[in-house]
Amino acid sequence: MLRLIANRAATAVFVLIGTLFLVFSIHYFLPGDAVDVLLADQSGNEQIAKNLREQLGLNLPFHEQFLNYLKSLTQGDFGQSIINSEPVLDKIIAQFPKTILLTLASAAIAVIVGITLGVLSAIHHNTFIDYAARLIGLFGISMPTFWSGVLLILIFSIRLNWFPAMGSDGISTLVLPAISLGLVGAGFIVRIVRNSMLEIINEPFIVTLRAKGLSERLVMYRHALRNALIPAVTMIGMVIGDFLGGTVVIETVFARQGIGRIVADAIMAKDLPVIQGIVFFTALVYILINLLVDISYSLIDPRIRRAAS
Amino acid sequence: MKELVSLPASQTVHQDKRNRRFKLTAFRPRHMMVCLSLTVLSIILICAAVPQWIAPYPPGKMFADRIMQAPSSVHYFGTDYFGRDVFSLVVYGSRFSVLIGAFSVLIGGLTGTLIGAVSGYAGGLADAILMRLVEVVQTIPGILFALAIAAAMGSSLFNIILAVSVASIPGYARVMRGQIASIKTRPYVLASKSIGAGSLSAFWKHVMPNSIPPLAVMASNGLGTAILTGAGLSFLGLGVVSEIPDWGALLSQGRGYLGAAWWIATFPGLAICVFVLAVNLIGDRLRDYFDPKKQYA
Repeated sequence: MLRLIANRAATAVFVLIGTLFLVFSIHYFLPGDAVDVLLADQSGNEQIAKNLREQLGLNLPFHEQFLNYLKSLTQGDFGQSIINSEPVLDKIIAQFPKTILLTLASAAIAVIVGITLGVLSAIHHNTFIDYAARLIGLFGISMPTFWSGVLLILIFSIRLNWFPAMGSDGISTLVLPAISLGLVGAGFIVRIVRNSMLEIINEPFIVTLRAKGLSERLVMYRHALRNALIPAVTMIGMVIGDFLGGTVVIETVFARQGIGRIVADAIMAKDLPVIQGIVFFTALVYILINLLVDISYSLIDPRIRRAAS
Repeated sequence: MKELVSLPASQTVHQDKRNRRFKLTAFRPRHMMVCLSLTVLSIILICAAVPQWIAPYPPGKMFADRIMQAPSSVHYFGTDYFGRDVFSLVVYGSRFSVLIGAFSVLIGGLTGTLIGAVSGYAGGLADAILMRLVEVVQTIPGILFALAIAAAMGSSLFNIILAVSVASIPGYARVMRGQIASIKTRPYVLASKSIGAGSLSAFWKHVMPNSIPPLAVMASNGLGTAILTGAGLSFLGLGVVSEIPDWGALLSQGRGYLGAAWWIATFPGLAICVFVLAVNLIGDRLRDYFDPKKQYA
C-alpha cells in the first residue's frame, strides 16, 4: 500500500509539472496575452503595453518565465491575478470548498442512484425496472447539463417555487445543481453496473452459491455486487473527474460561486497565474481521486490485495 | 483466404417450415429504436445540409409584431425576443453541431488512433513517452482544455473543432493502444509473421482491421461527447459568431427569458438531447454487435 502511494506521488509530480507546462505553452505560443485584454481599449499606445509587460514579467523568454513560476511554487507562492493583483492562492482557497461541496453532492447522487438502479436493473432483467433504468441511463449521458439545469430551474424554481434558481448559500441552493450534474454521472454508472452485474450473474460461481443454499438476496448483494464493483469504481473515479469540468457550466447556469466560474473568467481574460493555479489544484484532486480508486481496488478484491503485499 | 464453400442443395439442412412462425422481428423494440435513431439522424443531417427546405422562414427574419409568442401552428417552437421563428433557428443551427461533432471525431479519432497505434505496436520507449504525454493531457478536464484552446485562439468554427478534437485525443489513444498491444500478440499475427510477413504488412492486414470494433464504439460515443462539448462551449460564449446562432448560444440567449418564454431555451436543448440520444443508441447497438461474449440482451 505504501509502495503504491510512493509510486503515485512520483508520477504525480511529473504529471503536475507536465500539465503546468502544457497550459503555459498554450498561452505562450498562441496569439494574444493578458496585457492585450487589459488594455483592449488603448490599443494604439505601444509604450504602455510594453511597460506593463515588463512589469508583469511577460516579456521574458519561455524557459525563464516557466522556471520562475516553478521556483515560486516551491515556496508556496502561486503568483497574483493579472486582473486585480489578488493572490491566486487566496482566490482559489476562498472558492474551492464550494465547488468541492457541489462535486461531492453530485457524486453522492450519482453513486447512490447509479448503483441502486444498476443492480435492480440487472436482477429484474427485462422488466419495467430494467427498461426504466436503461432509459435513465441513456438520458443521463445524452442530456447537456446546461439544458437539464435550465429545465430544472423552469420546473422547480419558476413554476413550483420549491428551490432557488441561483445562489450558493445553504442546502436548498445545492439541490438542483447537484441533481443536474449527478444525473449525468448516474447515467454512466447505471450502465456499467448493469452490464457488469449481468455478466457476473451468468458466471458459474453464482450457480455454486445458489446450490450451496444461499438466499438470492445474499447471492446478489453480497457476492455478485462485490465482483461488479471493480469496473464500477473505475467509472466512479472517471465520473467525479468529469464533474470537476462540469462545474464550469453548472456554476454558470445556477450563478453559483466556485472555481468553475473563476476559471471561465480567467480563461477569457487570459489571466495565466489564475489558470495555472486552478489547473494545478484540479490536477491534484484528479490524481487524488485516481489514488483512492486504486486503493479501493485493494479493499474490494482480496486477490489484488494479496498481489500488492 | 476467405473462400465460401457452398454445399450442394441436397446436403443443406432441411428447414422444418411447418412449425416456423413468422416473427415480426422488424418491430421488436430493439430494432425499432435503431430505426428511430437512424431516422432522427437523417432528419438532422438534412436540416444541416439543406435547411432552406425544412425551415418555414429564414433564420434572421424578425417579425416585429410577433415577439415572444408561444408555440403555435404558425411558429412551431414559438418566437423569441426579436420575433424570430425559433423552429427555423433550430433547423439552421443544426449545421454547427453536425459539423463540430463529425469533424472533431474524425480529427480526434484519426490522431488518437495514430498515437495509440504507434504506442501500442512499437512499444518500449515510444510507448512509455507517448502514454505519459497522454496522461498529462487527460488530467485536465476535457471541457476546460477545449475552453482554454478556444479562448486562446478565438471563436471560429475551425478553432472550436480543433479544441474539441484535441480534448478527445487521449481517450482514443489509450483505447487503441490497449487494443493494438493486445492484438499484436495474437496467434494469427505471430503466424503471419512467421511465414515472412513484414511488421508493417502484418499491421495493416491483421492488427488494424481487428482493432476497428472498439474504435467504432468509441467514435459513436465520442460523437455524442463532441456535440455536447461544442454546445457547452457556445453556451459559455465561445461559440461561432454568426447571425445564425448555434444551439448552445440559442439556449444561452433563452435563459434570460425563462419565465416569460420558456420555449426559446427548451427547444434548442431538446434538439441537442435528441441528437446525442440517437447517436448514443446507435453506439450501444454497435457495441452489442461487436461483443462476442454477450449472452444477454
